[in-house]
Amino acid sequence: MAAGAASGGSATTDTYKESRFWLLLPAWVVLGIFVLAPVMMMLIYSFLTKEFRGGVIWELSFAAYDQFFCDRGLFGDEPCTIEWTYIQIFWRSIWQAGAATLLSLAIGFPTAYFIATRPESQRPLWVFLITIPYWVNLLIRTVSMKFLLRDQGPLNDALIGIGLLDSPLHIVNTNFAVQLGLFYSYLPFMVLPIYAAVERYNFALSEAAADLYATKWTTLRRILLPAVKPGVIAGCILVFVPSMGSFLAPDLLGGAKNFMIGSLIEEQFKGNAGNWPFGAAASMILLTMVLIILLIFARQQAKAEKEA
Amino acid sequence: MSNTTSNAIEVRDAVKRYGDFTALKRISLSIKDNEFFTLLGPSGCGKTTLLRMIAGFEDVTEGAIFLYGDEIENLPPHQRPVNTVFQNYALFPHMTILDNVAFGLEMRGKSKDQARSRAGEMLELVQLSQFAARKPSQLSGGQQQRVALARALAPQPKVLLLDEPLSALDLKLRKAMQLELKHLQRETGITFIFVTHDQEEALTMSDRIAVMSAGEMQQLGGPKDIYEKPRNMFVADFIGETNLLEVSVDGINNGRAVCHLGGGHELTCDAVDGVGVGSHVHMSVRPERLYMSDKPVETESLKGRIKENIFVGTDITTIVDLEDGPEFVVRTSNSDRGNKRIFEPGAEMYVNMELGAARLLVD
Amino acid sequence: MATAKYDIKSYSGFRAITLLCLVVLYAPLVIVTIYSFNSSASITTWEGISLKWYADVFTGPESEKFKLAARNSFVIAITAATVSTSIAVFAATAMVRGGKFKLRTVSFGLISLPLMVPEIVTAVATLIFFNSIGFDRGIMTILIAHIAFCIPFAYLPISARMQGIEDSYEQAAMDLYATKRQAFTKILLPLMMPGIISGFLLAFIVSLDDFIITNFVKGAGVETLPTAIFGAVKQGIKPNIMAISTMLLGISVIMVTISYFVSKTDNTK
Repeated sequence: MAAGAASGGSATTDTYKESRFWLLLPAWVVLGIFVLAPVMMMLIYSFLTKEFRGGVIWELSFAAYDQFFCDRGLFGDEPCTIEWTYIQIFWRSIWQAGAATLLSLAIGFPTAYFIATRPESQRPLWVFLITIPYWVNLLIRTVSMKFLLRDQGPLNDALIGIGLLDSPLHIVNTNFAVQLGLFYSYLPFMVLPIYAAVERYNFALSEAAADLYATKWTTLRRILLPAVKPGVIAGCILVFVPSMGSFLAPDLLGGAKNFMIGSLIEEQFKGNAGNWPFGAAASMILLTMVLIILLIFARQQAKAEKEA
Repeated sequence: MSNTTSNAIEVRDAVKRYGDFTALKRISLSIKDNEFFTLLGPSGCGKTTLLRMIAGFEDVTEGAIFLYGDEIENLPPHQRPVNTVFQNYALFPHMTILDNVAFGLEMRGKSKDQARSRAGEMLELVQLSQFAARKPSQLSGGQQQRVALARALAPQPKVLLLDEPLSALDLKLRKAMQLELKHLQRETGITFIFVTHDQEEALTMSDRIAVMSAGEMQQLGGPKDIYEKPRNMFVADFIGETNLLEVSVDGINNGRAVCHLGGGHELTCDAVDGVGVGSHVHMSVRPERLYMSDKPVETESLKGRIKENIFVGTDITTIVDLEDGPEFVVRTSNSDRGNKRIFEPGAEMYVNMELGAARLLVD
Repeated sequence: MATAKYDIKSYSGFRAITLLCLVVLYAPLVIVTIYSFNSSASITTWEGISLKWYADVFTGPESEKFKLAARNSFVIAITAATVSTSIAVFAATAMVRGGKFKLRTVSFGLISLPLMVPEIVTAVATLIFFNSIGFDRGIMTILIAHIAFCIPFAYLPISARMQGIEDSYEQAAMDLYATKRQAFTKILLPLMMPGIISGFLLAFIVSLDDFIITNFVKGAGVETLPTAIFGAVKQGIKPNIMAISTMLLGISVIMVTISYFVSKTDNTK
């Protein structure tokens, strides 16, 4: 994604400049009508009145945002005080996504570095090994994770079998299980940009540092890390953003206690119990947060590119 | 305009601008039928831009281009009966050699069989028949080069454009290909327009050369003309090695100019239009036109001292310091050592040249 | 080799972490694959190897449901991948060979929009959109959503490939009397083929795997494999689910392997 964004701005040739309008038209039409227009429509829906059996009534209303941010007492007639329920769910999502990102970074950085310093002929194979799981259905991966981690699952069986544990370790339905699931879902997104950055890194700089009496770890911290920082940031964004809005990992691995934004939104559109305007409003808030993060990231990348 | 039709290509007041940058500043030139014509200059001088304008890959900002009298600057490339040998050859990597050579013929409406049989003949001409079924990547650089040539010649273009086609080859192969290209041009009788930054290549192959720099034409003429009578500093410096000296013109008599070199040294050379008495200009003397002796030999003898001898294989390069004057570089061919003298560093001697070896430059 | 070489590039522990990383990535998949061959009806006990759960997928009580879901999934994935790849080829041609133009950045933003918007948000927005225009949910809505969603996945490998192809090839073709259209179909398209295949496979897998968007726009009674699996898993993981998962896993591995080898063939050399 980050690499694609960078290459999207690069120089082009103009062999087909006369036809570019017609060549782009299908993409504009499909994406404009079926991605951009729906987001606009979602914004409108978040300001409509809810229909009790799902859907909306076309009447302007701020009820969705009011419900999100305001606590108006049991009967809904008190003045607005801050409603913490949903903010807490968002906060938990951010926290979980952040923890998953740190976990991914802790494992992903050494992995990416290790791969990037293999002989050139071996690198594609290592990258291939890291990316295969990403191609496997996310649902299947999450279900497999759940199966492995269950109380009576193979992991606990093995740990008890070798005498490390007396009774099974409860992992499923904990925060940690969700973080592990998110880590598992998006790890390649962390590894690949860091790998690309380290591969481009000029190791003569490290040698120069070593020559000037820097230890290995000092070299890593003072010379290599600043050089590959854009790749690290890209990896963190690519893991954090989809983690925040994820649905499968919290739903399957987290259980009811570890509710995240994705599940909150999904619930609003399920069956007749939902509240479409509220779901639309929650989606808008999530989208806004994500776009702000991406915007800050894009500006930083642009700045870094200018400096380079 | 009868004189237009006799020219293979006529470029009339061509200007090329990219935004604020002017790549070609109003170029006009005529290339004769059956001529081997070279556009020579350093990279960024506009030579490739001009070639691509003739081929149809660049629009002409202002001006016109004629091909045997027909105005072509607004035609798309596929409607211009000119073909190009690209710098990196641009052989279609997914097609066989034969299909590559047949491509242009097929596009011109020949049947697949006709196109292939003619392509086969072309491959015979460049002696690559045995490689017809191979892919370009299986050929060496020199072979790819000949395929590119066969492909461009197969549709019998009126003019063949060659964009630095030899630059990717090693020195030996390049020399061989220079001769081969020259022969091919004579045999086919097609007008060749050749772009290069290599002055030696240009001198070897061309009937006429246009020297370009910074989007302007500096000099147009035959190889001998350009080498021996450079018009300005750029041409003198770019073509071959030369001694460039700052001189002041003291007097002009009967077409001869007396020039002052500093330190009391004087030289006489042919006067040039645009250089009058009292002007401070540059003078060019080719190192191989100089020779050394212990006594003044010719009218044009300058007293100096040997600074350094450098052995460079075929030649010996000697650096001579004129008393209170400029330095000269003298080149003595090793094969000439029987007739010409080499002095030890520090020795006093005279640098001699024939009348006419030194040339005044316009700017 | 008595003395250890001081290697500026290597850090102790990084190899171990990499291996740990691979174990974490593959362990769940390997375990599920192994247990899909378990002959026991319970997922907790191991009773020896059998293919009975694979037989159950094709002939068991739930087989009709899964067969229908699989058919839907593959029809949608093939159609969505074909359409989105075609759209992506045209778009990439305009973006990479169309020169500079004002709407280029905007177009690139629009193409990458599905990658930037969280999937659940796209799902909600698409559901709301179809609802607001009164479009009945079903296979058609899934297909349209997938086509739109798959465009960036097809676009990225195709445009990357195209940027690697020098424009002198199509110029040589036009110099040899090919029209722009002929230069495109005879030269550019064949050279782009590895990128197009990669893009198609990626779009195919993304469509085949999609759960969230499909779940929102599918409508009652229509199932694809992921939604059917999700529904079944909600009642607990059963051995037949593991058999289906293993088969899907096999398809993914085949696809990614093809893609790996296709991307390694560089037909411009």
